[in-house]
Amino acid sequence: MARAISRNSKIGWTVAAWLVALIIFFPILYTIITSLKTEQEAIAGFDLIPSFSFSSYETVQNQNNYFRPFMNSVVIAVGSTLLALIVAIPAAWAMAFSPTKRTKDILMWMLSTKMMPAVAVLVPIYLIFLRTGLMDTRTGLVIILMLMNLPIVIWMLYTYFREIPGEILEAARMDGATLRDEILYILTPMAVPGIASTMLLNIILAWNEAFWTIQLTTTNAAPLSAFIASFSSPQGLFWAKLSAASTMAIAPILILGWFSQKQLVRGLTFGAVK
Amino acid sequence: MNRTIRALMGATALCATAGIAAAQDTTLTVATVNNGDMIRMQGLTSDFTEKHPDITVEWVTLEENILRERVTTDIATQGGQYDVLTIGTYEVPIWAKQQWLVPLDGLPDDYDADDLLPAVSEALSVDGTLYAAPFYGESAMVMYRTDLAEAAGITMPESPTWADIKAAAEAMTDKDNEVYGICLRGKPGWGENMAFLTAMANSYGARWFDMDWKPQFDSQEWNAALTDYLDLMTNYGPPGASSNGFNENLSLFQQGKCGMWIDATVAASFVTDPENSTVADKVSFAQFPNKEGMDNHGNWLWAWSLAIPASSQKQDAAKQFIAWATSKGYTELVASKDGWRAAPPGTRTSLYENPDYQSEAPFAAMTLQAINAANTQKSSVQDIPYTGGQFVAIPEFQGIGTAVGQQFSAALAGQMSAEDALSAAQANTTREMTRAGYIK
Repeated sequence: MARAISRNSKIGWTVAAWLVALIIFFPILYTIITSLKTEQEAIAGFDLIPSFSFSSYETVQNQNNYFRPFMNSVVIAVGSTLLALIVAIPAAWAMAFSPTKRTKDILMWMLSTKMMPAVAVLVPIYLIFLRTGLMDTRTGLVIILMLMNLPIVIWMLYTYFREIPGEILEAARMDGATLRDEILYILTPMAVPGIASTMLLNIILAWNEAFWTIQLTTTNAAPLSAFIASFSSPQGLFWAKLSAASTMAIAPILILGWFSQKQLVRGLTFGAVK
Repeated sequence: MNRTIRALMGATALCATAGIAAAQDTTLTVATVNNGDMIRMQGLTSDFTEKHPDITVEWVTLEENILRERVTTDIATQGGQYDVLTIGTYEVPIWAKQQWLVPLDGLPDDYDADDLLPAVSEALSVDGTLYAAPFYGESAMVMYRTDLAEAAGITMPESPTWADIKAAAEAMTDKDNEVYGICLRGKPGWGENMAFLTAMANSYGARWFDMDWKPQFDSQEWNAALTDYLDLMTNYGPPGASSNGFNENLSLFQQGKCGMWIDATVAASFVTDPENSTVADKVSFAQFPNKEGMDNHGNWLWAWSLAIPASSQKQDAAKQFIAWATSKGYTELVASKDGWRAAPPGTRTSLYENPDYQSEAPFAAMTLQAINAANTQKSSVQDIPYTGGQFVAIPEFQGIGTAVGQQFSAALAGQMSAEDALSAAQANTTREMTRAGYIK
């Protein structure tokens, strides 16, 4: 009897979980479905069965070459993530293993920088980019996105590092490991799940960023966020084309998320159940 | 030996020529919006680059509001990221007065600037100098279904009054079959519902500000305009109209759900396009309505235009590009590729005199009449201190217009009465205009 109840409740939970997942995923699914319709079908109202027309993809590709913004997105997302990790790992190490009285305040201060609306600093940053020649360059975007996501990266790494017993690092030090050895050979391998999930999350954040990437680019470094923005129209209906552009823009990150979901979930819940 | 020297000299000359060609190569960055006509121009760029092999063109297409934001930042900081801008009749007078735009004098002789429609070129000029060349222009008019009008036994006058519109909306409404007598903009925004409501208020004799810049929402005229708008939309409009903008109404009309739609004339080519519209052969047109006895048809005028920012380093090349894109030759190029129906409308008198265009575009005559009737220098029958037809050409209008649009949209959604929306608009606008220094 008890077994039957538990099985029923298991089925119930599974159904509920699938339902919630479907509700969350539905807007993306409907975007993909709409992208496979003709413009006429797309405006005709709600319909889940498309005519599998690929004309929108063709038009989108002809109108705006996809590969240039795609490569820009890859370089910017991966570049800013790696740069953020290089800065954040030593910072999080220092805060986790050699905390001072002010560590908590510094962490809070770093997080507080995320609370200011980005548009408030648009003009000064725009001017700096113009004067230093960083405008419309991948390097400029890598730097700005690294700075933007750095507080989150440090916070996440700090949380993971705190789970690692300090005694292990002490033992390494007693065996004669230098600071560099300690971080590179002891700490980093132990924190791999945490670093991997931080990296994935940061890539997703950088990929989806649509304020700085649009404001600080024109043609050379414009990533996929600018690619989508170019298909929104004030006059005329381009729903199928807009959906096709959106599908092309989110597909790489969706596939990456799908394959790395185990690491993501493991990383995000790391320490939460202990 | 002789041959070697000659070969070497030849190679040197070739290198030098290549060097000169490379040095002369100019790249123009053109910022534009994703409208059908603009996309078509993008596709025809090769015609320009073939004629000007030393110029290459890079396109930046952005959503309208993002484009405005990007371009404003760039001009204000003298960034020089763009060489040609796509802007509207709202920005041109404001930016020209700030000296952000290059005057478009010295265009080639065959450009024929006198051929531009007078209302449009006036809206793009400051003190008689042209600051932007129109790429396509529009006014507003009534688009209605001839089959529904016939079935309801009504005849639409060429120049209807608001009373005619109300009678027609009532007769055409058949809510059981999802046919609504009238579709109008309700989505809040200075370029959305306020474009329509400002034009409608103009035709009721209302004005945004008196000569001391005091807002006039407490006037009888505004009250009559808003009350009639809400009455029309509540009784004969589609459900959820407070979130309908241009695109939503276009979709409803194309699906055959609207008896009438009063909006930008550029929509005429979309609703009569058999490929996208289910009612393509059942549409006719009438002038923007006026209030009985009031000689004012809204004065709606908009032109997407090409201008050169003062910060551009390549102004000569930019001028050549603009002269190409807004020339008679370009219109002929479009007609030869996609037919006369696709020619960018509302900019040149010669287009409307062309018999091929007249026969292919059933909306041509009414569009021209609407554009010619628009007076953006004096949009109200009362005295006004501003210019602009369906907007007020001051920098503060984007913010104020959108805030007022939100109040009116809330009234349409049934969240407040017309009186409450008008008094909220009055208070809000008075505060903003005082803060901006207009009201002393």
